[in-house]
Amino acid sequence: MKKLIVSPAPHLHGKESTKSLMRDVIIALAPSLLVSVYYFGFSAVKLALVGVATAVAVEYVIQKYIVKSKITVNDYSAALTGLLLSLNLPPNSPWWIMFIGSVVAIGIAKMTFGGVGQNLFNPALVGRVFLLVSFPVIMTDYSIPTSWFREGIDAGSGATALSIVKEGLARGLTMDQIFDANNFSYSQMLFSKIGGSVGEVSALALILGFIYLLIRRVIRPHIPVAIIGTVLVFSGVFWLINPESYADPLFNVLTGGILIGSIFMATDYVTSPMSKKGMVLYGIGIGVITMLIRYWGAYPEGISFAILIMNATVPLINMYMKPAKFGKEVKHG
Amino acid sequence: MSKTFSIGGIHPHDNKISINAAIENFPVMERAYISMSQHLGAPAEPVVAKGDKVKTGQLIAKANGFISANVHSSVSGTVNSIEMLPDLSGNLVQHIVINVEGDEWEESIDRSSEINRKIVHSPKEIIDKIAECGIVGLGGAAFPTHIKLSPPPGKKADYLLVNGAECEPYLTSDYRIMLENTEEILIGVKLMMLALGVKKSYIGIEENKPKAIKRMKEIASKGYPEIKIVSLKKRYPQGGEKQLIDAIVGRQVPSMGLPIDVGVVVQNVGTALAVYEAVQKNKPLFEGVVTVTGKCMPEQRNFRMRVGTTFESMIFAVGGFPKDAEKLVSGGPMMGKAVSRIEAASVKSTSALLLLTLEETKRGEEANCIRCAKCVDACPMGLEPYLLNRLSRANRVEDLEANMVHDCIECGSCLYVCPSDIPLLDTIRLSKAKVLKIIRSRPKK
Ligand code: SF4
Ligand code: SF4
Repeated sequence: MKKLIVSPAPHLHGKESTKSLMRDVIIALAPSLLVSVYYFGFSAVKLALVGVATAVAVEYVIQKYIVKSKITVNDYSAALTGLLLSLNLPPNSPWWIMFIGSVVAIGIAKMTFGGVGQNLFNPALVGRVFLLVSFPVIMTDYSIPTSWFREGIDAGSGATALSIVKEGLARGLTMDQIFDANNFSYSQMLFSKIGGSVGEVSALALILGFIYLLIRRVIRPHIPVAIIGTVLVFSGVFWLINPESYADPLFNVLTGGILIGSIFMATDYVTSPMSKKGMVLYGIGIGVITMLIRYWGAYPEGISFAILIMNATVPLINMYMKPAKFGKEVKHG
Repeated sequence: MSKTFSIGGIHPHDNKISINAAIENFPVMERAYISMSQHLGAPAEPVVAKGDKVKTGQLIAKANGFISANVHSSVSGTVNSIEMLPDLSGNLVQHIVINVEGDEWEESIDRSSEINRKIVHSPKEIIDKIAECGIVGLGGAAFPTHIKLSPPPGKKADYLLVNGAECEPYLTSDYRIMLENTEEILIGVKLMMLALGVKKSYIGIEENKPKAIKRMKEIASKGYPEIKIVSLKKRYPQGGEKQLIDAIVGRQVPSMGLPIDVGVVVQNVGTALAVYEAVQKNKPLFEGVVTVTGKCMPEQRNFRMRVGTTFESMIFAVGGFPKDAEKLVSGGPMMGKAVSRIEAASVKSTSALLLLTLEETKRGEEANCIRCAKCVDACPMGLEPYLLNRLSRANRVEDLEANMVHDCIECGSCLYVCPSDIPLLDTIRLSKAKVLKIIRSRPKK
């Protein structure tokens, strides 16, 4: 008689793995990547390739030669970090910017904390903020590179819609004047952005990715909904009081990385809270800090900083925002 | 609208491949191995000796102490020995081994298939009859039924809930009896209601068994108006005692509490059938329906089987041990026990024999926790398995208690969903036992 396996229940296991989950996030980013390739051509391809290759290579080298631990690059989490970072750079960024960003993201923000699951801060965002602080000129040059598919496009001012608005308001213009002068329109924002990072070209593509993640149950809607809701309410109040000098809520949501940040960055498993209550609080925190930075801070956007700041509060949120326990009270006796 | 419990839960594939196999009588084996520990509580005390002749249904061991249950012979023949034998997990347990000769039943048992609808017993007589016939809970824990039907002084039941959810994948024995012994189950429920003095009862059935729901409703509407059939969402662990109560009557049993604390007693449909047979047919509990299943098996069947049948003979009855089967489970795949020796025998509460291949049962290699919160979302008790695992590994007993590790119902949902294949329940189970021991050793206030 052969030996039977004797191990404790459960005897069945779900099919999900870190790898399958990360793969799903990468799939969810595909529409945005495709749109960006359409608009920015080789630049977008180049950034994505350099980003992914560097992230994977850095993780591999560190695990193999420095910490001598198990190699985990095949869980796709490093690749995802590289891809996310590439989508968060200005389309005209040189390849070495991408390279440095990936090295910082994986080498510093992820591996020094002990690898996947251990880091406090979102690696891709650490990479991005590092670049923003170290190379402010390159990181705010949003001029549009030439594409294979599109010729003779209006190369634009090289600034994002948010920074145009911020400057315009500083010069004493009203919102209407700024919109007219720059030909802003919402259909443009939905399908093709006026200026912004690689992955932000199309709000629609990002939302498509969001829906995919929800259907596949990779993420919960709580964090993105809380962030977007907060931004809408916060900017809505100011806009209602003074529409002359504050952009409307929709504009605020569709620009400055709110979508890519809330759908793909803030929902990063490792650096976001565990309970649904905690997720909502975290999302509201990100929304409020983003708007504070936008209206009164030095940077026109702000969600990257907001997420990093809230990352730091996650251990505390997890300690105090526990999931609802069964049997705490008799429900409706 | 189907009802469901309020927190967590998962959706494993239900794999009810034996669902259309009608119940067949399993051939009586040559030798029966009858355990004295078929119930929660103290082992029963043998009242026969080596060489004694016994009949099918004869009392062979008496309940020993308050929480214990009588044991009856499932066969007729001669007592071969009374000895310590390993049970399915390898623990030594006293067994009465009987060499089978013919199949001669006690004359007092009514073997006709006619349904006896006439209830003549008083509540006390019903409970005594149940105790006499050795009925135990067939939903899993095998708690002696007569004790559950006698709430402690000061506690009163408002409802009797009957579990027909059968939320474990693969299992179909409860489904088959709900189809084939519908009215007997309803009479059993009625008997238990009388015993408890409750006016209302609900039978909860998961909606992936529409035929059972329909048939139960049909018969219930024809003479059992006090029994309501409730359709439940297909969601594991719908049949968990606390989850079932939450789903059907919207009450949550408090931590460390019992169903009776919220005025509810829960029994299983199999137990209801056993109660019917005991009270109306004078038949002790010595056989039950067992699903013999597995994708790797040539056939999947449902058998009415005597207690004390070896797993080996069950496997051979459906075509022998499949080459690729690596794990043998007694019960369902989520909460059943892995069987270490196929010579072990079935007990009263055995509901299934499930054979799994390595491919089906393999756990992946453990990886870092990616803090995806899937375990938190899955836990039906609102616990944080990732945290309990971490605390268990650090042996932080106080923090484990503060985080309610003792509320874990060991449903396995957390381990099932974890993408990093962290052995969450393995570590939680150990620390739960530790914490429970500490809590119970404290002086009662
Ligand atoms: S499911 Fe596994 S990986 Fe996810 S949080 Fe729980 S323990 Fe960690
Ligand atoms: S086994 Fe325990 S901790 Fe895990 S999901 Fe079930 S109740 Fe929660």
